Amino acid sequence: MKSEQQYIELFQQCRQLLSSQSDVVLDALRDEAFRIFKRIGLPDKKAERYKYTDVQEAFSPNYGLNLNRLQFRINPYDVFKCNVPNMSTLLYFIVNDAFHSKEYPNAKPSGGIIISSLNEAAHLYPDLVSKYYGQIVRKAETPSINSEGGQIIDGEFVPLRKNNEPDAITALNTMLVQDGLFIYVPKNTVSDKAIQVVNVLTSTVDLLVNRRVLVVLEEGAKAKLLFCDESMSDVNMLATQVMEVYAGPSSELELYELEETNMKNKRFSNLYVQQHDKSKVTLNSISLHNGLTRNMTYVSLEGEESVINLYGGVIADKEQHVDNHTLVDHKVPKCVSNELFKYVLDDNSVGAFAGRILVRNDAQKTESQETNANLCVTKTAHMFTQPMLEIYADDVKCNHGATVGQLNEAALFYMRQRGISLDEAKLLLKFAFVGEVIDKVDLEPLRDRLHYLVEKRFRGELNKCSGCRLC
Amino acid sequence: MLEIKNLHASINGKEILKGINLTINDGEIHALMGQNGAGKSTLSNVLVGHPAYEVTQGSITFNGKDLLALKPEERSHEGIFMSFQAPVEIPGVSMVNFMRAAVNAKRKYLGKEPLTAGEFLKIMREKRKIVELDSKLSNRSVNEGFSGGEKKRNEIFQMAMLEPTFAILDETDSGLDVDALRIVADGFNKLKTEKTSALVITHYQRLLDYIKPDFVHVLLDGNIVKTGGPELALEIEDRGFDWIKAERAVKNEE
Repeated sequence: MKSEQQYIELFQQCRQLLSSQSDVVLDALRDEAFRIFKRIGLPDKKAERYKYTDVQEAFSPNYGLNLNRLQFRINPYDVFKCNVPNMSTLLYFIVNDAFHSKEYPNAKPSGGIIISSLNEAAHLYPDLVSKYYGQIVRKAETPSINSEGGQIIDGEFVPLRKNNEPDAITALNTMLVQDGLFIYVPKNTVSDKAIQVVNVLTSTVDLLVNRRVLVVLEEGAKAKLLFCDESMSDVNMLATQVMEVYAGPSSELELYELEETNMKNKRFSNLYVQQHDKSKVTLNSISLHNGLTRNMTYVSLEGEESVINLYGGVIADKEQHVDNHTLVDHKVPKCVSNELFKYVLDDNSVGAFAGRILVRNDAQKTESQETNANLCVTKTAHMFTQPMLEIYADDVKCNHGATVGQLNEAALFYMRQRGISLDEAKLLLKFAFVGEVIDKVDLEPLRDRLHYLVEKRFRGELNKCSGCRLC
Repeated sequence: MLEIKNLHASINGKEILKGINLTINDGEIHALMGQNGAGKSTLSNVLVGHPAYEVTQGSITFNGKDLLALKPEERSHEGIFMSFQAPVEIPGVSMVNFMRAAVNAKRKYLGKEPLTAGEFLKIMREKRKIVELDSKLSNRSVNEGFSGGEKKRNEIFQMAMLEPTFAILDETDSGLDVDALRIVADGFNKLKTEKTSALVITHYQRLLDYIKPDFVHVLLDGNIVKTGGPELALEIEDRGFDWIKAERAVKNEE
């Protein structure tokens, strides 16, 4: 039996229960998602997009699901200490997939900004949520024939590559979703404080969590979001997350993701970003500590003069596995994309990066840059890197590159001659290497904190989340 | 201070040093000259413990300690400093963090408390003046984007910070214009005390106009074949090395 079978059966058995526990807006897309999932199943390693991460194996154990919406008896506000001090944020918690409605004392969004449970928002603002929920994914998975690379054969357009196949994990998330987060920033509204969302994963039994996040920035809106994934228990957790981001015209979004989970955690995160005219989005994900992580980021540049900055830093050791798969889709002219991913791999860890930049026929004057640089500290660490640039327009400025290297022996010796121990010298080099990604963080307190956390991580003092008292 | 006895060393199985004997006492400056490939840099690398070089025979004692038993960082703590022929660029590591790590590592080794950030920066400001190093350079990554002259000045600046008792200047004059050479040499001379000694490796007399050696040695094919006073350097500048080779050949025949 392939791994998807248990999810197909589960869905069929629990269809009614899922409906009874969730709003119609969330419920409306389940059956379609189920049909897709049933048709395509979970990918095996032959699937190009998933060749570096074994999805079948990750999904094969029998995880529990909290279908009856049992409350976990922890109050994150009591147990969690902010990991980013000196930063005045609007702090919220999601425990597994459930939004904690109790607000932190200083968390009061202003100017019509909505930060709430996705399920609740679907109930309170059905028109607003249904306008975006699932639609960013749908658009991403619909081929746009006119601007796709390919050729007309016998009067029919045949795309060069299948860019828009539905994603099985997104489909699974959509069919099983029960809750998550909704963030809405109205037109021309600026969230003066950064919005920090701590995703707490906790359970007493092995658990599958399907978290859904919808972020909508209307025209001219500005926001800074920080998501922290923390695991607070020592059971096997499998978390799928689908995040849809709508960046309206001239909107500005900075979205930071920090993963600090444990070795028993498996994370499959699919992030879909849709950008409109003159929008500017910066994504920066730091995988500080994890078990198995596969992050897919799909950025669709739908409006001219949009800018996407896509950054990622990975620190892995022991048997950890981090796979970042990105696709930046330049659909229209005059957009800019900058991509930088850096990995430091120690022990037997495995890293993978597949970064595809697609510049379609119509996307003239595109400027795109992609860099992936990796450091394998040991001979047993493995890095797979696959930078891909596909250009169908003829007036563009693009470059891409990847490197895999070891610590610079000459630099190590130079430092030792100055009295710095070998371990400390290695640490300084690793720290400097990944520091380039952290320096891209605009929020100064967060940047400082990340430097601190990364240093602790390299010193081996950070095996679990450092902010909470539960661990 | 430093006593090298019958030192043999090789790299990748090839013997480069073939029985060096050299004693450097407190306060002395020794110049080491010789043609390319004679083993000058091998000797300095062996002294600082470069892992690529293997000592196959002989001994080095430094202030009574068996130097060869010490790690490179421990040799540094014991007071040995080398100004690199080609200082290494370390992108992403700021000069400040680099020097603070180095200074505090030494203090720890000596059983002293680490310097506070304020104390450290104050010392750094003072020492920078010795080699006229721009404050902008100390805020940058180690040697990254430094000109040749700036790199060498930066070496002497690091020497000032670490206050070694024995300094090796490995072709510190290479790639320097006259002004930069003067600044570097003046910096070195300011740091020199009655107690500190140095081994100055150079191809040219020019540097020795500024840094006055007590002894000049000529290294040839892994051996010190001639030792003299400062006048030997002048003679080499004048006549090259061939006459020394010839002398040596005659000696060997005898």
